[in-house]
Amino acid sequence: MTTRPVWQERPTVFGLTLKTVVLTLIVLAMVYPIYVVVLTSLSTARTVTEAGGLVTLPGELSLDAYRELFGGGVVTRAVLVSTGVTVVGTVLSLGLTIFAAYGLSRPGSVLHRPLLFLFLLTFLFTPGMIPSYLIVRELGLIDSYWSLILPTAVSAFNLVVMRAFFMNIPGEVLDSARIDGASDFRILWRIVLPMSKGVTAVIGLFYAVGYWNAFFNAVLYINDNGKWPLQLILRQYVQQGMNLVPNQRAVDTVAGYALPPNLAIKMAIIVVALVPVLLIYPFVQRHFTKGVIIGAVKG
Amino acid sequence: MLRKSPPADALTSSAGTGRLPLRARLRRDWQLLAMTVPAVGLLIVFHYVPTLGNVIAFQDYSPYDGITGSPWVGFYNFQWLLSDPEFWTALRNTVTITAFQLVFYFPVPIALAILLDSVLSRRLRLFIQGVVYMPHFFSWVLVVALFQQILGGAGLLAQTLRQAGHEPWNVMTNPDAFIVLVTAQSVWKDAGWGTIIFLAALAAINTNLYEAAAVDGASRWRRLWHITLPGLRPVILLLLILRLGDALNVGFEQFFLQRDAVGAEAAEVLDTFVYWRTLMTGAWSYGAAAGLFKGLVGLILIVVANKVAHRFGEQGIYKRS
Repeated sequence: MTTRPVWQERPTVFGLTLKTVVLTLIVLAMVYPIYVVVLTSLSTARTVTEAGGLVTLPGELSLDAYRELFGGGVVTRAVLVSTGVTVVGTVLSLGLTIFAAYGLSRPGSVLHRPLLFLFLLTFLFTPGMIPSYLIVRELGLIDSYWSLILPTAVSAFNLVVMRAFFMNIPGEVLDSARIDGASDFRILWRIVLPMSKGVTAVIGLFYAVGYWNAFFNAVLYINDNGKWPLQLILRQYVQQGMNLVPNQRAVDTVAGYALPPNLAIKMAIIVVALVPVLLIYPFVQRHFTKGVIIGAVKG
Repeated sequence: MLRKSPPADALTSSAGTGRLPLRARLRRDWQLLAMTVPAVGLLIVFHYVPTLGNVIAFQDYSPYDGITGSPWVGFYNFQWLLSDPEFWTALRNTVTITAFQLVFYFPVPIALAILLDSVLSRRLRLFIQGVVYMPHFFSWVLVVALFQQILGGAGLLAQTLRQAGHEPWNVMTNPDAFIVLVTAQSVWKDAGWGTIIFLAALAAINTNLYEAAAVDGASRWRRLWHITLPGLRPVILLLLILRLGDALNVGFEQFFLQRDAVGAEAAEVLDTFVYWRTLMTGAWSYGAAAGLFKGLVGLILIVVANKVAHRFGEQGIYKRS
C-alpha cells in the first residue's frame, strides 16, 4: 500500500464510500456476466429449470455440457479449426512482423524509407471490402483456412510498434556485433529478441487474440460450414439461438448421463470461446507497460 | 562462404551512409531487405492490389469478364449510390453513432483513468486495471452474446423481471434504444482499455504541481481542474482528432451481428450496407463504389484532422517531414 502524500487531504467518508461503490460496480459489471455464464454452463438440467434460465446461485454442478461439446461434432471441430488457425497464424504473423520490423529499424539501410512508407500508408486508406474479397477469391482461397490468415497476417500497426521498440536498442550494441562479423539474422536472434521479450509477448497476444476472435473474415471467405471457426459457431448457436441438441433427444439419456440442457450447452460454447483469452491474458498483462502501449497508441 | 571483408565503417549502419555507393549498401543491407520482403509481399497482395482493384467502381464488373473485360461506366455507380435512400440511411446512422459516442463514450476512459489514478493502493489498482482491460480482448460475437444473455428477451434481466411479476422488456431488439445499446457495449468492451493512454499521461504529470497547489490551498477539485485536466489536454486533443478522422468507422461486426434483431433502419452502417448490398446481390461494382466513397472520405477526414492537430501544435498521427 502506497502511503498518501503528506500534502493530500484525507478523503471524506462520503467520497471514499462513493469511490468504493463506483469501483466495485465497475468490476462487477465486468465479472458478473462471466460468472453467470460459467455457472450456468456447469449446472445440471434441474438447476437450470429451477432457476428459470440463467443460474445465479450455485446448485447442482456437472460437466455434462462440456462432455457433449467435446464428444465430437460441430463444436469440437470448430475448436480445432480455431486453434489451428490461431497457432499457425500467430507464429507466421509474429515471425513476419519481427523480421520486417527489424529489417526496417536500422537507420540508413537501403530502401527502408520507401518500404516503411508502404506500411504507414495503410493507416490512411483501406482498400474496402469488395476488392479485398475479390482478390481472395482470385487466389482461390475461398473455403481455405489460409483466407483466415494471409489477408491479416501482417498488421502495420504491430509492425510500427515493434520497430519503434527495436529502434530504442542502442545502435552501438548492434554495430559492434556487426563488426565482429555477426550476420543480421544472428544479431536479431541473439541480441535483439532477448532484449524484446515483453514487446514480443504483447504483439503475440494481439495477433493470437485477433485470430482466435476472427469472425468477419470467416463470414466472407468460409462458405462451407464444416470449416467454420468457433466464433461462427458461437453466433449460430448462441446469438441466433439454434439448438445444438435436437429437442426430442433431450428426454433420452445417452451413455449413462442425462443430456445437459440446451442453455447450459450454449453457455459452455461461450466459455470455450472465452477461456483461451482468460488463460493467456494474465501472463501478458504485466507487459502492458507504458512503453509498448504509448508507442502503440501513437502509432 | 568466401567473402571479402568490407572496411569496418561500411559495416556500421549508424555512421555516415550517404557516401557509400548503392552496391556497397546493398551488399551491407541485403539481409535486412530479405527480412522485409515477405511482409511487403503480403502487403502488396492484400492491400495494394485490392486498392487498385477499386477501379471496378467505375465499371459494370462481372467476375466472368474480369477487370479487363468488364465495360466502363464512368461515375454511374456513384450516381446510383447518391440516389439510393438506403445508402443515406446507412450514412446517417454512421454519423449519428459517431456523434453520440463522442459525447457518451469518449469521456468515459478519461473519467475512469482519473478515478483509477486516485486509488492509492498499487495492488488494488493493478487488479482493477487487469479486470477492466480484459473485455477488450473478447470478440464482438462474445460481447453481443453476453449482452444478450443478460439483457435480451430470454436473458437474466427479463427473467428476473418476470419472476418479480413485471413485464419483461427487451433492450436487444428495440430500434429506438439501439444507439444506447451499442454505446453501452462499446463502453463495456473498450473503455477500460482506453484508459491506458490517459493513465500514462497522468503518471507523467509532475507531482510537485499538486503539492504546491495543495500548499497554496487549492482543493481537490481545483487541482483536478487546473492541473490534471490541463496535463491531459494534449492526449485528449490527439485522440479526439483521431476519432474525428475515423468518423465513418464505427466498427463492422457489432452492427453486422445485431442488424437482424433491430432492423436495418436503425442498425445499418456503411460497412454493413456494402456487405448486404453487394455480397448478397452480386452488385460488385456498386459495393466497390460505396467502399471507395467511404475510403476516400476517410482519407480526407484523416488529412484534415492532422492539419487541425498540427495547428493546435500537436503531433497528429503523422509528422510533417
